[in-house]
Amino acid sequence: MAADELIIAALLVPAAGAALIALCDRAPNLREGVTLVSSVLLLLCVVSLLPDVLDGARPAITLFEVLPGLSIAFDVEPLGMLFALIASGLWIVNSLYSIGYMRANREHAQTRFYVCFALALAATMGVAMAGNMFTLFLFYEMLTLITYPLVTHHGTDEARRGGRVYLALLLGTSIMFLLPAIVFTWFIAGTTDFTPGGILGGKLSAAALGGLLALYMFGIGKAALMPFHRWLPAAMVAPTPVSALLHAVAVVKAGVFSVVKVIVYVFGIDTLASAGVTDWLVGVAGFTIVAASVVALNSDNLKRRLAYSTVSQLSYVVLAAAVLVPLSMVGAVLHIAAHALGKITLFFAAGAIYTAAHKTEVSQLDGIGRRMPWTMGAFAIGALSMIGLPPAAGFISKWYMLSGAMAGAHWIAVAVIAGSTLLNAGYFLPVVYRAFFRAPDAGQSAHGEAPLPMVIALTATAIGTVLLFFVPDVPLALTRQMTGK
Amino acid sequence: MTLAQHLPALQVVVPLLAAPLTVLLRRRTLAFAVVLAASWIAFAISVRLWMQVESSGTISYAIGNWPPPWGIEYRVDRLSAFMLVLVSGLAAVVLPYSRASIEQEIPAHQQYLFYTVFALCLTGLLGITITGDAFNIFVFLEISSLSTYVLIALGRDRRALLAAYQYLIMGTIGATFFVIGVGLLYLMTGSLNLADIAQRLSAVEGTRPVLAALAFLTVGISLKLALFPLHQWLPNAYAYAPSAVTAFLAGSATKVAVYVLLRFYFSVFGAPQVFDKVPMQEMLLLLALAGMFAASAVAIFQTDLKRLFAYSSVAQIGYIILGLSFGTVTGLTATIVHLANHAITKGAVFMLLGCVAASLGGVGLARIQGMGKRMPLTSLGLVVCGLSLIGVPGTAGFISKWMLIQAALEQGQWWLVFLIVLSSLLAVAYVWRFVEAAYLREPSNDPNTAAEARWSMLLPAALLVAATVYFGFDTSLTLGSATHAAGELMSAPQ
Amino acid sequence: MTGTGLLTTLGGHFAYFITVFLMMAGLFIVIARGNLIKKLVGLSIFQTSVYLLYIAPGKLVGGTAPILSDAFSVYSNPLPHVLILTAIVVGVATLALGLALVVRIREAYGSIEEDDILQSDAAPESPSQEQ
Repeated sequence: MAADELIIAALLVPAAGAALIALCDRAPNLREGVTLVSSVLLLLCVVSLLPDVLDGARPAITLFEVLPGLSIAFDVEPLGMLFALIASGLWIVNSLYSIGYMRANREHAQTRFYVCFALALAATMGVAMAGNMFTLFLFYEMLTLITYPLVTHHGTDEARRGGRVYLALLLGTSIMFLLPAIVFTWFIAGTTDFTPGGILGGKLSAAALGGLLALYMFGIGKAALMPFHRWLPAAMVAPTPVSALLHAVAVVKAGVFSVVKVIVYVFGIDTLASAGVTDWLVGVAGFTIVAASVVALNSDNLKRRLAYSTVSQLSYVVLAAAVLVPLSMVGAVLHIAAHALGKITLFFAAGAIYTAAHKTEVSQLDGIGRRMPWTMGAFAIGALSMIGLPPAAGFISKWYMLSGAMAGAHWIAVAVIAGSTLLNAGYFLPVVYRAFFRAPDAGQSAHGEAPLPMVIALTATAIGTVLLFFVPDVPLALTRQMTGK
Repeated sequence: MTLAQHLPALQVVVPLLAAPLTVLLRRRTLAFAVVLAASWIAFAISVRLWMQVESSGTISYAIGNWPPPWGIEYRVDRLSAFMLVLVSGLAAVVLPYSRASIEQEIPAHQQYLFYTVFALCLTGLLGITITGDAFNIFVFLEISSLSTYVLIALGRDRRALLAAYQYLIMGTIGATFFVIGVGLLYLMTGSLNLADIAQRLSAVEGTRPVLAALAFLTVGISLKLALFPLHQWLPNAYAYAPSAVTAFLAGSATKVAVYVLLRFYFSVFGAPQVFDKVPMQEMLLLLALAGMFAASAVAIFQTDLKRLFAYSSVAQIGYIILGLSFGTVTGLTATIVHLANHAITKGAVFMLLGCVAASLGGVGLARIQGMGKRMPLTSLGLVVCGLSLIGVPGTAGFISKWMLIQAALEQGQWWLVFLIVLSSLLAVAYVWRFVEAAYLREPSNDPNTAAEARWSMLLPAALLVAATVYFGFDTSLTLGSATHAAGELMSAPQ
Repeated sequence: MTGTGLLTTLGGHFAYFITVFLMMAGLFIVIARGNLIKKLVGLSIFQTSVYLLYIAPGKLVGGTAPILSDAFSVYSNPLPHVLILTAIVVGVATLALGLALVVRIREAYGSIEEDDILQSDAAPESPSQEQ
């Protein structure tokens, strides 16, 4: 298949999968099979694009013009390639996990769940491979809308409220800030195509550039920059596979991916550096990192703790990108991958704990490591990755981020990264300690590990986290292409 | 002369003749067939006229061969052709739908009368669009208005009668204001032909009667347009009229009124006179913004879905007038393209609401709870249309929003950009009231276990929903035509 | 303005003063009266003022009836008459429709006073309430 056909295939496979899943409503096993097959096919399509991109090619295809000068176009560059790889690869694992979780918890409306999942992946592929800001915006909004039914899956009052916050913040930021930013960009630059070096060079004053950057950064609500981060903890009402999707695979990664894409391909690192307008962004991201970590420290609900950890970790990417140093840029991009693997492991573990032991609070987790060794072992690895300790992937990305910050003499960034590492340890290590080294409370009902598909999934992602530490070749190669060349 | 040369006249005559024919035929199936055929023929004619205008320019047709300005002239330029296709197209889609819809809402012995009056309404609207004579506009305006009052009064609820009466009072005042304006123009220029008035106005530009004429015309048309605060008739009229009537009116009546406004502003008075001598821009801007916010806010608190979307229409008309108030080609393009996009979206919405009313017996928020499971296709259609009203990319409404933001940015009015997007968020609020009620609440234990809507009602609605999505991606027809029409209007020799 | 100037204006524009008076009287009746038929009466008065607005300027000073004849060179303008005939027909149709609606409203509500009608609609036990 030609490269541009592969791009279309990557969009059509999950979409067609969604249609087939809807048809298989009456046959759950067939339905689950469709999901798994679609996810594998998608990974195949994406992986087939990899060799070309690694060689330096940029597979692209323009579909049609919507407005004069604005077309739906796709362009696979290294960052998008990495994002697509992560998303498609983790969809397979997430599907496996979902099957275990949804069946074990006897969830309702499973068909709707899998259909929305598949469509969400299609939208994610669209975001990853978008060739201009217009196309990215289209799929970005699609992603928000298609994940709404997933967030409100339970249909309870709580789910409704969570869904409202989710939608209000994500649609609010994208309509109020992102859309005007995109129209203005097109108005000023005549195009919204992603171009290495940016498209705004020499067109705007420093103040206007700073203002536009603010519109973009706050407009990309999925990156969860404070004060528009509340949608993330609000979305915790969703079933855990959805949280895993939101926090590792699709939504948040689409956010920080868009942030990096905008900084590198719309503004251009040099344009931003010479205008000197990213200092406030370093500040906001730094504040988010620390504040979110503090909230995580004080959260007893496990998913809430993980949610705020995600808010914090996302801002690492924004911080590293805002520092505008090539080394930190490498760290930012690597962190997209490392955090994805680590966080999905953590959420898988949380869901496994809920499914097997019906526990949701950290304070209830004493001694659970003995009954669920695989789950808590994976959790431990995920925690190591979040903190940034070897042999987990998070160590590599943090290393690059720190080196970049020091190289650029951004001492605030250095302090934030170092300090938050301690905070991360502060809210993750106690969980691991409790699980393995404390005796369980008396009167606990006996339970074993989570269902097998779930355990397989979380073990796989834990192994992936460690594997990424030892073999970071592909992500590093992609990142170097993006920043080095 | 061949038939093709008489197309402008036939555009009006075909639906006009269908009306008495229907009254004579009496039987409702025959009546339906006649009016359906008439509307489809009218649509074919409008498409043909459009293609003709695209290839050879403005068509001028003298009624009865009396040369203008002595005789009445039918004049088809880009904007008229656009509107003709829009209105006749909407009628062509709503009529097949109406057959099943009015089965439930209008007594059997009155149904043939519905078709009669519908044909008259269509005649009036098409006539307004195609004529080039100012007084002729008034005549057709009243033809369409009177038939509209009757159509609304056919609603099931007795409040439809009162709504029709209120609309009659307000609409007649509006039409009378319009005719006062035309009268003043006639007094000052001695002509009723729009193009002729335009030429003669240059001699009397800026005189008080001419400015007074502008004022009377604006107020009169604004009443028909439902521009805030002259919109009071709209919510009741849309809520209590039969669903097919609301679907057709929502997409045509106010749009044709906008057309008349554009025609007078740009082809008769000319942009400099309208925008420079009078603070029209500021006034229209303020009223548009007031409409956008006030109506959206009121919509959020409605419990009846038809009323909710009626207020939404008032807000969307605010967007249309906002584009006009810029006085630039981009703004005008935004206005014209939103005429089409909104007509398609709202036509679909009200047709789908008619499906809901037919299946569930009403459109109150309490009644439609859990509708997502029982009527999945209808609910999905309403969600897609709601997204278009919000302006989510991938829908027609997004295109209009983009053009509006672009027009505002061209003037450097950032505060206006934020107001436009802020009002979109209000739209999210009222659309999501429907989404939550339909999908996130359990259906009330009604023995009336409703099924999906009938195919004859669902298909036309689905067609318009598909069009809403289609015109969000392929904008050559809507935006392309709008751009040409706007360019033609702005460059009218003044 | 001097006394004679005022009189000249009044005399010369007499028709327009009547027009405006009728216009305002008609509008006032529509707005201020609650009886549905009285509103229609006001509407008719309002429309009548417009007829006057058109016809009065049609009479030219020194103009004769618009019948061609060699003896005359200045004719009054017949076009306003034509236009107003149309407008009268429209007015009559509107009035007829309005009155028909009032009859139906009377059948449905038992009253033609706007206040009573609105009150009976606001009453919660109205059987035709859509919820």
